[in-house]
Amino acid sequence: MTIRAFGDTAVLTGRSLRHIVRSPDTIITTAVMPIAFLLLFVYVFGGAIDTGAGSYVNYLLPGILLITVASGIAYTAYRLFLDLKGGIVDRFQSMPIARSSVLWAHVLTSLVANAVSLIVVVGVALLMGFRTGAGVSSWLAVTGILTAFTLALTWIAVVAGLSAKSVDGASAFSYPLIFLPFISSAFVPTETMPGPVRWFAENQPVTSIVNTIRGLFAEQPVGDDIWTAVGWCVGILVVAYGCSAMIYRNRVS
Amino acid sequence: MTAETAIRVRGLRKSYRDVHVLRGVDLDAPRGSVFALLGSNGAGKTTAVRILSTLLTADTGTATVHGFDVSAQAAEVREVISLTGQFAAVDEILSGRENLVLVARLRHLKNAGGIADELLARFALADAGRRRVSTYSGGMRRRLDIAMSLIGKPPVVFLDEPTTGLDPEGRMEVWRTVKELARGGTTVLLTTQYLEEAEHLADRIAILHEGRIIANGTLAELKQLMPAATVEYVEKQPGLEEIFLAIIGTAGGGREAARDGAAASDWKGRR
Repeated sequence: MTIRAFGDTAVLTGRSLRHIVRSPDTIITTAVMPIAFLLLFVYVFGGAIDTGAGSYVNYLLPGILLITVASGIAYTAYRLFLDLKGGIVDRFQSMPIARSSVLWAHVLTSLVANAVSLIVVVGVALLMGFRTGAGVSSWLAVTGILTAFTLALTWIAVVAGLSAKSVDGASAFSYPLIFLPFISSAFVPTETMPGPVRWFAENQPVTSIVNTIRGLFAEQPVGDDIWTAVGWCVGILVVAYGCSAMIYRNRVS
Repeated sequence: MTAETAIRVRGLRKSYRDVHVLRGVDLDAPRGSVFALLGSNGAGKTTAVRILSTLLTADTGTATVHGFDVSAQAAEVREVISLTGQFAAVDEILSGRENLVLVARLRHLKNAGGIADELLARFALADAGRRRVSTYSGGMRRRLDIAMSLIGKPPVVFLDEPTTGLDPEGRMEVWRTVKELARGGTTVLLTTQYLEEAEHLADRIAILHEGRIIANGTLAELKQLMPAATVEYVEKQPGLEEIFLAIIGTAGGGREAARDGAAASDWKGRR
């Protein structure tokens, strides 16, 4: 049964990867907004933002990467919603396949699509002067955290895709997620924010993740931030996965 | 449960809060028969089909398909059925061939490509096989949809309003496919709101009205529910459908459909 589930997931993942290959605009549009933010903040606002020593593009990139993921996962909700509405999920579910493979295929596709978008954004940042001396283990750690973050957000997207009533609803949920990095340490140091805002910024998931990635890129010790970051990612992942599984099951009653 | 019964339903009920969609449905479809579930919109046809194809669970009552209980043995039921839903459930971004290969792989069949090519030929889609489905006409989509349902030769096929929204030619094609399936021994349960379709295709007809089966039997049995026939002489003019099919038939391709259409009208004429 488990082997069959892997096989079915592989077949269905191949299907949705084809969708992406045939509409590469989804990857481009995912990367456009974060790149626009990157340009805007580095070349327009950046001069007025004091982040201490080091270049602003180095400071900014981790938050931009999270925005990239937050805008990329909207397509997962969108694709899942269209599959449900078009009846193809009904077709799959009436066939002798592992039912969970329908969702996992979308999740794995999201990982691949977001990885490509992230590589594009990092490429642009390199052109803009982003530099890091991070070694292999640091890059692996950054990749691991971004993967966990993408997985967690993708399962939120699955909840949105499963429960949406319209196409707009399926993608609108991602706006708050895209906005979250603005109230964090992603763009400016949290010390400059007034009391309650600062408290929120320092205790929401994005700050610990941003600080961790920034520390890894800058070859500085990341301290407890990395565990807070991992904790947030795993926590969100577990809750969103649980909700998805419940909603998915309840569709059949 | 006899070996000859493909689908057996007893006391099936399903409600959504205050809306009682199914209020105790009983039916038996013999193996190899075409069973039509006839009813108007909202009669509960789709709900019944969704329960039989394991997409929905009933509140109470039992349903078995090929001897397997749809709720307790859902996985076994899925091995022996296929569903063609009300709207063509095809992948628009993939080509027709890729759609067929996808389903063949999901059914864990060897030689998925060969199966796809064979079905493309059988459903007159060979030329369009490598084109994206988004470029297909409504009739082509429906043909592809039904072709996808036949992969793996499931002994029970559910067709939920297979001809709704199709032009006359497309409808003839679906009718021909259903007859072919029945000849090959497949049990077909189809839902329809067209009386003519049920009359033309079905061995047995059940009329579903407001969540209950209010009549059930062969066409001959149902006819006995009516007063004895009287003989009237009616001048038989060709219907617009026959004219339409005859005209486009001369352009080629639709000739067989026109013949079928004439046969359908003869059938009506005999009444």
